[in-house]
Amino acid sequence: MSEAAVKLKKVTEHSPSEIEKVKEWINSEDYKEKNFARTALVVNPAHACQPLGAQMVATSFEGSLPFVHGSQGCASYFRSTFSRHYREPAAATCDAMTEDGAVFGGQNNLFEGLENAYALYKPKMMPVYTTCMPEVIGDDLTAFIKNAKQKEMVPEELPIPYANTPSFNGTHIHGYDAMLRSILQDLTQDQKIEGKCTGKLNLIPGFDGNVGNLREYKRICELMDIPYTMLADSSDVFDSGCDGEYKLYAGGTKIEDAAECINGKATISLQKYSTANTMKFINAEFSGDKEVMPLPFGVKKTDELILKLSELFDKPVPEALKKERALAVDAMTDAHQYLHGRKFAVAGDPDYLLGIVSFLLEMGAIPHHVLCSRATKKFKKEMDALLESSPFGEGCTCYINKDLWHMRSLLVTDPVDGIIGDTHAKWAARDAGIPLFRIGFPIIDRVNLHRSPVVGYQGAINMLTMIANKFLDIKDETCEDQWFEMMR
Amino acid sequence: MAERKPVKGVTIESTEKLIAETLAEMPEKAAKKRAPHLGANEPTVSSCAVKSNKKVVPGVMSQRGCAYAGAKGVVWGPIRDMVHVSHGPIGCGVYSWGTRRNLMQGIPGVTSFPMDFTSDFQERDIVYGGDQKLEKLLREADELFPLNKGMSILSECPVGLIGDDINATAKKMEKELDKLVVPCNCEGFRGVSQSLGHHISNDSIRDHIIGKYEFTEKAGPYDVALIGDYNIGGDVWAAKPILEEIGLNVKSVWTGDGEVEKIAATHTVKLNLIHCYRSMNYMCKVMEEKWGIPWLEYNFFGPTKIEESLRAIGELFDDKIKKNVEKVIKKYRKEMDGVIAQYKPRLDGKTAMLFVGGLRPRHTIGAYEDLGIQITGAGYEFAHQDDYDRTAPEMAKGTLIYDDVSEFELDKFVEELKPDLVGSGIKEKYVFQKAGIPFRQMHSWDYSGPYHGYEGFKIFARDIDMAINSPTWGLVKSPF
Repeated sequence: MSEAAVKLKKVTEHSPSEIEKVKEWINSEDYKEKNFARTALVVNPAHACQPLGAQMVATSFEGSLPFVHGSQGCASYFRSTFSRHYREPAAATCDAMTEDGAVFGGQNNLFEGLENAYALYKPKMMPVYTTCMPEVIGDDLTAFIKNAKQKEMVPEELPIPYANTPSFNGTHIHGYDAMLRSILQDLTQDQKIEGKCTGKLNLIPGFDGNVGNLREYKRICELMDIPYTMLADSSDVFDSGCDGEYKLYAGGTKIEDAAECINGKATISLQKYSTANTMKFINAEFSGDKEVMPLPFGVKKTDELILKLSELFDKPVPEALKKERALAVDAMTDAHQYLHGRKFAVAGDPDYLLGIVSFLLEMGAIPHHVLCSRATKKFKKEMDALLESSPFGEGCTCYINKDLWHMRSLLVTDPVDGIIGDTHAKWAARDAGIPLFRIGFPIIDRVNLHRSPVVGYQGAINMLTMIANKFLDIKDETCEDQWFEMMR
Repeated sequence: MAERKPVKGVTIESTEKLIAETLAEMPEKAAKKRAPHLGANEPTVSSCAVKSNKKVVPGVMSQRGCAYAGAKGVVWGPIRDMVHVSHGPIGCGVYSWGTRRNLMQGIPGVTSFPMDFTSDFQERDIVYGGDQKLEKLLREADELFPLNKGMSILSECPVGLIGDDINATAKKMEKELDKLVVPCNCEGFRGVSQSLGHHISNDSIRDHIIGKYEFTEKAGPYDVALIGDYNIGGDVWAAKPILEEIGLNVKSVWTGDGEVEKIAATHTVKLNLIHCYRSMNYMCKVMEEKWGIPWLEYNFFGPTKIEESLRAIGELFDDKIKKNVEKVIKKYRKEMDGVIAQYKPRLDGKTAMLFVGGLRPRHTIGAYEDLGIQITGAGYEFAHQDDYDRTAPEMAKGTLIYDDVSEFELDKFVEELKPDLVGSGIKEKYVFQKAGIPFRQMHSWDYSGPYHGYEGFKIFARDIDMAINSPTWGLVKSPF
């Protein structure tokens, strides 16, 4: 070969001893220290980007078609992520900006995209949210959308709320917040009527990949005879039946209900961190009472929600809910021995983490490592306070802005009995030999967990059942013969 | 090759009518743009009339991905002993982490890296640039993952827009770390689909990897490389043993379960065998031009195509290999006949429509036909003219060809043609299943696989039968 003059390196193989050495080292305290010292590299994060969250909201209104302004690939990633998690269609369209968009801006793409999407898919609303590209080049969406309507690409009356959702800022929960705020701002514009009250509750679930949770909230409201509008309701969109006909718009919050929500009797957000900006808008503009409640994981937080609903709507707590509470407590007292004193590592979004930790503390379990891969100091303070509120939180640590590779170091140097998190935690779980309980988003390796609620009294029973039975399975599968027995 | 027997009720006229009716429901400008991408198949013409590799029409709901997806997800991600850095904001790396099913051997985090490495760009990185952060994170990655054999830097959209110079950083760090550090400018806004990402990645292999290493063993007459097999669901592990059984020496695999130093030494093999032409033909051509290495396209889906391919491969070698080829064909024929005898009676006469990436619609046709299934429509997300030219002769006259099909169009086509199976991707899957139409994901093998080779055909046949004949479809229509 003519290349003979170039000195080629030989293909090498690592020696077994070299591999063994590193294999041991990555489980060591020394490695953990180096791992925690990194400042630039992120490995296996437990969060995604803003437009994903925006799409969850954008798809949750009846007849609404999410519209991605930016690169085509982003839209495909979001749709795939939702379809893998829910095992459902996840329609969204995109104006597919390319190099020329980078030079001239994305207005022409938006025009053409809105016109085509409206003609083909006949939506009642097209919420627009952005990918990195238009954010970096500084597209002016207010002007673009106004121009599109002026040029009659879409009808003037078609709601096209938009949110700036740059992926280099915040996470999916902030995209959820930005899009929800924008949609509510758009739909409630000029709808406020002084003195008018719809008598309804506006219930904001926050970024939640569990449709069972949303249905649980609705069931509770119905049991309490409280009329409600869920802002926004993804449950029928992301959990629709198979009856031989595909429905592009399978459900969601009615646009007219969302429009009149500004005159509601009360508004409750169940996720502080994923609805902060939305609640700022609601506090300033909406009628009625406004409350931010914790996600109702476990008995006490469910009690809080029910008491609040009872107080706001002057409704007694129905017998059915009292009975449900008693059933949950019965299940918890019956099975407390399987969770009491067991240590857990928990990873996820801020609001979910507060909920899960609260449930674990109620059970006498120990949330030993709590990890959020993108969160504020305010969140850490709140989590620390929650941990300090219980003797079972003693010695537990909350890590913020640490990823699942950090968690792996924690798990192998300071092991726990169980991990709670989304599917992404399965690698660390396997390395550490610790069972993973899948609660969160996304869950892309198990079926139907997104249909099984983890909030409310029923959710407490579901979590307890999942965790306790897995521990018992492990005992049955791994104990020596003389310790294998009929009862557990 | 004999022309396919016509599909009952499908003619050029019927297909053109269906296309015209579908286009009629679209805005004029969009219809005009989309029309050249849809056509009725003419198996005997030298060039397929369907146009491809053009921009997505905004708003129609395309299924395409981006250049980054083609680079990180397809070409680079499967190389098991490298750290692949998703350079830019958090999302791209998360969505492409573990979602392609390119399986790999090794100890995760020690000798293999099926993980998400990212620079997690923040606003300040956009404002001040990310080159210094990149430098730092490469050092950190090398310290924490010392057995890595190299690193790839895969740019996300903002990197190219803010004018970072990852090439300079890579060059500097390659020297400092004394390891392969490969820049890949695969920003998602470049080009029209994943396809440009493949091309850019091939170019960065050409510029930064190939020809830098040599194998420790002496070169032999049967040295080959397996190109364009990404080990989806273990495909490589079903394909490579067949090549070894006929006496070939598979020196490297591009890139499924691949090892970068072996890839870098591939310029010393005698023949490149390429499965996914779309994503890797570029490097085959480079190796042919620069080192005179011939290359051959082959197809390991279904026994008919496997046998054809093995004989074609044998033709390029001596009698020893040719004899081995016949031996291997004979050895597996009985088993394959058994598989066909088991499943064909339940599948014969069924029809399927396919829409996948750049290779599989045409490459899997033979496997379906081995089971008695006819293909009534096929198309690609990101194929080029040469792919469509290779497709036309594999399809019956008048069948439907669609390029970068939108959800709107594919819905209409499936509604009209009523196939017994649709084979496509995750975004399409549940749309059709809701309509009661059996479906298999044909990018990811629907969490099954392998589908390549003899081993793979057994699983393919089982899966297709399972999809079409599952009793659950009988429950879709409610009695009330």
